[in-house]
Amino acid sequence: MTDHSSDIDSVSGKSTTGHEWDGIKELNTPLPRWWVICFYLTIVWAIGYWIVYPAWPLIQSNTTGLFGYSSRADVAVELANLEKIRGDKMAALGTASLVDIEKDPALLALARAKGKTVFGDNCAPCHGSGGAGAKGYPNLNDDDWLWGGTLDQIMQTIQFGARSGHTKTHEGQMLAFGKDGVLKGDEIVTVANYVRSLSGLSTRNGYDAAKGQKIFAENCAACHGDAAKGNQEMGAPDLTDKIWLYGSDEASLIETISQGRAGVMPAWEGRLDPATIKAMAVYVHSLGGGK
Amino acid sequence: MNKTVNPKDLTTDDDYGPLYAARKKVYPQSVSGTFRRIKWGLMAFCLGVYYFLPFVRWNRGLGAPSQAVLIDLPNSRFYFFFIELWPQEVYYFTGLLIVAAVALFLMNSIGGRIWCGYLCPQTVWTDLFYAVERLIEGDRRERMKKDASSDPMKLERISEIVLKHSIWLLIAWWTGGAWVLYFNDAPTLVKELVTFQAPMIAYIWIGILTATTYILAGYMREQVCTYICPWPRIQAALTDEWALNVTYRYDRGEKRTSVKKAAELRALGQQVGDCVDCYQCVAVCPTGIDIRNGPQMECIQCGLCIDACDNVMTKIGRPKRLIGYDNDINIHRRQEGKAPIYRIVRARTVVYSAIIAAVGGIMIYTLATRSLLDVNVLHDRNPVAVKLSDGSIRNAYTVRLLNKSGYDRLIAIDANGPVNSTVHVVGVDSVTPDRPMIVIPRDATSELRLLVTAPADNNPEKSIPVHFHVTDIGLGVVASATDNFVSP
Ligand code: SF4
Ligand code: SF4
Repeated sequence: MTDHSSDIDSVSGKSTTGHEWDGIKELNTPLPRWWVICFYLTIVWAIGYWIVYPAWPLIQSNTTGLFGYSSRADVAVELANLEKIRGDKMAALGTASLVDIEKDPALLALARAKGKTVFGDNCAPCHGSGGAGAKGYPNLNDDDWLWGGTLDQIMQTIQFGARSGHTKTHEGQMLAFGKDGVLKGDEIVTVANYVRSLSGLSTRNGYDAAKGQKIFAENCAACHGDAAKGNQEMGAPDLTDKIWLYGSDEASLIETISQGRAGVMPAWEGRLDPATIKAMAVYVHSLGGGK
Repeated sequence: MNKTVNPKDLTTDDDYGPLYAARKKVYPQSVSGTFRRIKWGLMAFCLGVYYFLPFVRWNRGLGAPSQAVLIDLPNSRFYFFFIELWPQEVYYFTGLLIVAAVALFLMNSIGGRIWCGYLCPQTVWTDLFYAVERLIEGDRRERMKKDASSDPMKLERISEIVLKHSIWLLIAWWTGGAWVLYFNDAPTLVKELVTFQAPMIAYIWIGILTATTYILAGYMREQVCTYICPWPRIQAALTDEWALNVTYRYDRGEKRTSVKKAAELRALGQQVGDCVDCYQCVAVCPTGIDIRNGPQMECIQCGLCIDACDNVMTKIGRPKRLIGYDNDINIHRRQEGKAPIYRIVRARTVVYSAIIAAVGGIMIYTLATRSLLDVNVLHDRNPVAVKLSDGSIRNAYTVRLLNKSGYDRLIAIDANGPVNSTVHVVGVDSVTPDRPMIVIPRDATSELRLLVTAPADNNPEKSIPVHFHVTDIGLGVVASATDNFVSP
C-alpha cells in the first residue's frame, strides 16, 4: 500500500489523484452526488430502453421490445395521414380536366410536383430523370411527338402505351425493308441519303436523288406521307425536322430501314391510379415539349 | 494556508479519496454596494424585457401580425420590430450567433466571467429566487439555523416553506408562460390559456419551463455554473493575463489579524495586512468559495465579495478595494512594488470589437437594403438544352419568385438571353410577346417553369449569360438574377 498522506495538496488541503505532470498534480475534486446519481440513472434508463424498444440485432432479426414499437409502423401511419391531408387536393386533380389543371396555378404546381415524383419512380429508367431521353427513347422536352403532344394525346400514350399489348394501345411499326427483302442494298443506301436530304443533311457524292424520291414514294410515303411530314396516327415520325430518335447518320438510317423499328412503351393504366396518370400527363406536357 | 488534513477524512475508498461529494448548501448573505446595485438593475432590466416584450405591439398593416417580436413557426416567419425574416434568410441568425459568441469573448477578455455574474439567465433567476428565500426565511444566519434546527416542524416554519415554494413556482410558471407568448399572438394566447382553449403544446412547454426554472434556480443554483455549464472551462482557455478578475490583494491583505491586534501592531510601526479575517466575503459569495484562496474556477465574477469587503474596510477606516477587479499582471507587479497597470484596449479586444462591428455592420446593411421582391433561378440539369424540330435551341429554368411585401404584385418577367430568343412560362399565356406576366400573392413564393428559346438561325455558341429581370408593374421595383444559356 502506498502512503497517501503525501498525496495531500498543502495549499488547498485536498487530496490529489496521485497523477503528476511536469510537477503539477491533479486535485481529486469529487463530483457532486446528484451528478453521479444522474449518471447512474442514465445507465438504468439505457437498460430499460434495451428491454422496452427494439435494440439488439440477432442473426435473423432483432429483439422487438416490450412495446412492440417499430419505426416502420410509424412511417406507415404517417404516410396514411399524409394521404388523408392531401386527399382533397388529389381529389381535385382527379375531377378537373387536363386543361383546367394547367390553367390553375395551384393545381398545376400540385400536378407537377406529384408528376415529377411518379415520373422519377416509373419513367426515368427509360426517359431519364428530366425526360431527356436517349437513343430509342424519346426526349420529352422537345416538340417532336410520335403519337401527338397535346395534353390528351400524352395522357392517352401514358395510359395505353405503344405496342404494349393493351387493347387500346398505339399500333404501327417501321417495317424491315432489307430483312424482308422488299428493298435491295443499294436501294436502301439511296433512300437513306434521300431521307437525309429532306432535313437538309449532307448526302453521299453522286447519289441518285430522283431514284431516292421514287423509292420513297413507293415504299415510305404510305406511312410518312408524301411530304415526309409523318403521321401521328401510326406513330410515323416527321422526317423533315431536326430530331432523330434512332440517329440521323447514314449508317443508323440504313439500319433503321433494313431492320425496322418497333420500340415499346408500357401501358400504365391499372398500374397507376387515374389521378396520378393525369398528374404525370400534365407534368410531361409542362416539360415544354407539348403542342 | 497550510492546513493539514488526515487522508482518512477524505477517503471513502482505498485509493484516492471520495468519488463523489454531497452538495454543500450555500447560504449567501445579503449585501449592499456598487456591484449589488448593478446586479439589481440588470436583473430588473432583463426580466422586464423577457416577461413583457411579447405584449409590445407593432403595426404591420392589415393581415400581418401586430406583435413586435414574434416567432411564427407555422408560417415560417420571424418578426422583430421592423424586421421580418423568411426561412431563406436564416443567415441573419448565423450572423447573430457569431456576434453573440464574439461578444462573449470580448466580455471575457475584459472582465472574465462577467457574463456569468451579471447577465446569464441562470444567475439572474437564481438571484431572484435567493431574494425570495431571504425575504421569507430571513438572511444567512437565520436560514442556517432553521435548516439545522432539529425542532419538530412548527406551523410557522411549515407555512414559511410552503409560501417560499409557492412563490418560486409562481415565478417559474410565469417564466414558462412568457416563453410561449413569443410563438403566438400574446393577448390572444393569454385569453386561450386561461380558458383552457390553447393548444396542448403551449401547456407542455409551460410545464417544461416551469420545471426547469424551479429546479435550476431553486435547487441546482451554483452547481449549474460549476458542473453543467461548459463556459467556465472554455473561458479559462480564452482568457489572458490582462482580463480583470475578482482578486484578493494579498500583498495588502496579509497578514490577516483582528482589528484590535492590527491597531496595536500598527502603533508599533509594524507591517500588518488589512484583512481582518471577518469572512464577510465568504458569507456573501453565491458559489460558496473563499476568494482569498486565489482565482478559482467556481468564481462567477459577480463582485458581491467586493461590496462586502468594501463595507468592512469603510467601517474600520481602511481604503476600499482590498478585493477588486484586477488582472494577473498587477498581482506580480504589486509584489515587486510597482504601480498597477490596466489595459482595456489591446490586440484581443480590438480584434473582437472589429469582428462584432464588421458582422453587425454587414447585417444592418443587408437588412436596410433587403429587397421585398426576390428571384432565384435554377437551370434544368437533365437535359441542359433541348433541340426542337425546327432546329432552335431551348433551355428550361425553374424560377422562384418571392414576394415579401404585404400586397399582391403583378410581375413581368424578362429574360435577356440570345438575340431574338423568346420567353415562355408554362401555364401562362403571354399578353405581351416574350414578356410573361403573373400575379404573386402577398407574403408568398411562386415557382415557375420558364423556357427560353433561341431560333435556329441564331444558335449561340456553347454558353452565354441570360439575365432575368422581374419587374413589379405597379411600383417599378426590379429584381434580377443571372444564369446561362447552353447549346448542345
Ligand atoms: S468570489 Fe466574489 S465574485 Fe466570485 S462568485 Fe464569490 S462573491 Fe462573486
Ligand atoms: S471581507 Fe475583506 S476583510 Fe473580511 S475576510 Fe474578506 S477580505 Fe478579509
